[in-house]
Amino acid sequence: MVFMLIRAGQTAGVLLAAALVSFLLFRFVGDPVNNIVGQGASVEERAATREALGLNDPAIVQFSRFVGRAVQGEFGVSYRFSQPVADLIGQRLPATAELTLAAMLVALGLGVPLGMWTAIKPRGVLTQTLLTLSLIGVALPTFLIGIVLILVFSVWLGWLPAFGRGAVTNLGWWTTGLLTTSGLRALILPALTLGLFQMTLIMRMVRSEMLEILRSDHIRFSRARGLRRPALIYRHAFRNALTPLVTIVGLQFGNVFAFSIVVETVFQWPGLGLLVIQAIQFADVPLLAAYLLLVALTFALINLAVDLVNAVIDPRIRQEAL
Amino acid sequence: MSPALSVNGLTVTLGRHQAAPKVIDDLSFDVGPGEILGMVGESGAGKSLTGQAILGLLDPPLHMAGGRIEVAGERIDGLSETAMRSWRGRRIGAVFQDPMTSLNPLLTIGRQLTETIRTHLPMNAASARERAIRLLSEVGVPAPEERMGAYPHMLSGGMRQRVVLALAFACDPMLVIADEPTTALDVSIQAQIVGLLRRMCRERGASVMLITHDMGVIAECADRVAVLYGGRLAEIGPADTLLREPAHPYTQGLMASIPDMRRRVDMLPQIPGSMPRVGGAPSGCAFHPRCSRATARCRAERPDLVGHGSCLAACWMPGDPSGFRPEATHAG
Repeated sequence: MVFMLIRAGQTAGVLLAAALVSFLLFRFVGDPVNNIVGQGASVEERAATREALGLNDPAIVQFSRFVGRAVQGEFGVSYRFSQPVADLIGQRLPATAELTLAAMLVALGLGVPLGMWTAIKPRGVLTQTLLTLSLIGVALPTFLIGIVLILVFSVWLGWLPAFGRGAVTNLGWWTTGLLTTSGLRALILPALTLGLFQMTLIMRMVRSEMLEILRSDHIRFSRARGLRRPALIYRHAFRNALTPLVTIVGLQFGNVFAFSIVVETVFQWPGLGLLVIQAIQFADVPLLAAYLLLVALTFALINLAVDLVNAVIDPRIRQEAL
Repeated sequence: MSPALSVNGLTVTLGRHQAAPKVIDDLSFDVGPGEILGMVGESGAGKSLTGQAILGLLDPPLHMAGGRIEVAGERIDGLSETAMRSWRGRRIGAVFQDPMTSLNPLLTIGRQLTETIRTHLPMNAASARERAIRLLSEVGVPAPEERMGAYPHMLSGGMRQRVVLALAFACDPMLVIADEPTTALDVSIQAQIVGLLRRMCRERGASVMLITHDMGVIAECADRVAVLYGGRLAEIGPADTLLREPAHPYTQGLMASIPDMRRRVDMLPQIPGSMPRVGGAPSGCAFHPRCSRATARCRAERPDLVGHGSCLAACWMPGDPSGFRPEATHAG
């Protein structure tokens, strides 16, 4: 319980720091008054606007106001779309979230069993093949994998759509592509593309962790106790490999979410990545600031979850925190 | 009654090919029922490998190239992994050197005890738990019922080694292989663990193969002693005779290098040189380059074990320690 409170406090601190960076973004990217009143405004008009926007207040007051609004989900109006930033992000978030989730499912669902297999049968033919293939998977840039997949499955074979999200169902607060066939079909290629690198990473990591643990003293001692092989591999070895795995998967989850930009561009996936790349081109500061905060929040929450999960797995971490 | 453990002509090589270097060369010894056999020798003599070979836990490239291993008259070398598993932990218990790393850090000691018990004995969870608690109290873990839920990192080194002993004795084995069980512990704890090992062995009628390089541990609890040198038996015999009147010059050197508390000396006697590396065994007796009374015969012919009093020694001129003076060299 104390452990959770400490971790939650740390998370709040990280988020506050991220909010500060977002806030500073506004102050570094030109004078907002210029953007609002235009070139021809008089000095008095400018001063009035400045006063109305609260820009004459001390920085700390302005920052508090920014944080206060952010907490309520209010990030102002996008320069480019003239819509509330919160609405824009709300429209795009489901697409990215579903893509991220699907990609990580692919990565975990394939990466973990394959990694286990290559560790348990280190000299098998399948192991050698997988390791070679995984090297290619790590080395190839994501956009190339995406383009090749489009070429093969959309252009040549015509099995799957090359772009877009397919038909989506609106649940009011969330639009999902998971309930229609076309939505699911559209998800396959981008999820594979985004998940492939993560899969090879997870596979190689599970393998090296497992190999190391299988050599450790307590596994030798467990063998000397005559334990059966499944108990040895799952209860003793895999459990010990979980802590580093959860940590890496957590970090990668955040990464995939925040930097799905490339895949979203290749597949014209209507997610946050696409929105942000446009925001960057137009210096749409309110949107960027909100996105920055959202990414920070995602990372912070995932890391919080990672810490909690690891504390459940490893009693030493529980004790350390107290 | 057949011996608890009988090792005959055990040969372990590094690699599987014909010319693979021998790490253990034609090693034979018995451990009688209820007996504690101390196995001594310096690092690399093959003590631990002998233990691993008996447990069937040699990792490649190590390979058992020859010999017979019998436990209670049943041959166990060459058994399949599945068949061997029902021996390990059931009829052969094991204690490893470092209690800090022998236990799985993520499982409670209760879980590790009950899983061992239930792997080998047909018991339900409740009676396995009962047995585990009884074992913990037998090995002197205070408040055993509470300790069942403790994780290894919550216990001291000595307590953890007690838990390891409980695990080794969990299914009433007839033989326990204890590989340097006290080396990683504080001196004050060492004596407790040695005493506990001896008590457990006596009370339960188990035989113990106690691997150590600590002559003090040997003197304290071994019934018989086997001295290993370069993967071969240098000398074997009853502990009291062997420690009092060692016949092999190597054993004599080992005994002479134990500091004497009553005499203060500037220089401890040492055995000059070091053990031959694997595959680099000299001709004749492996010990001759370091032996002060080596003769032409020692350099040419390898001695077999011959009786010397109640001991067996592999030496052409056993006994007569007066003729052997280990060179006094600076210790350290």
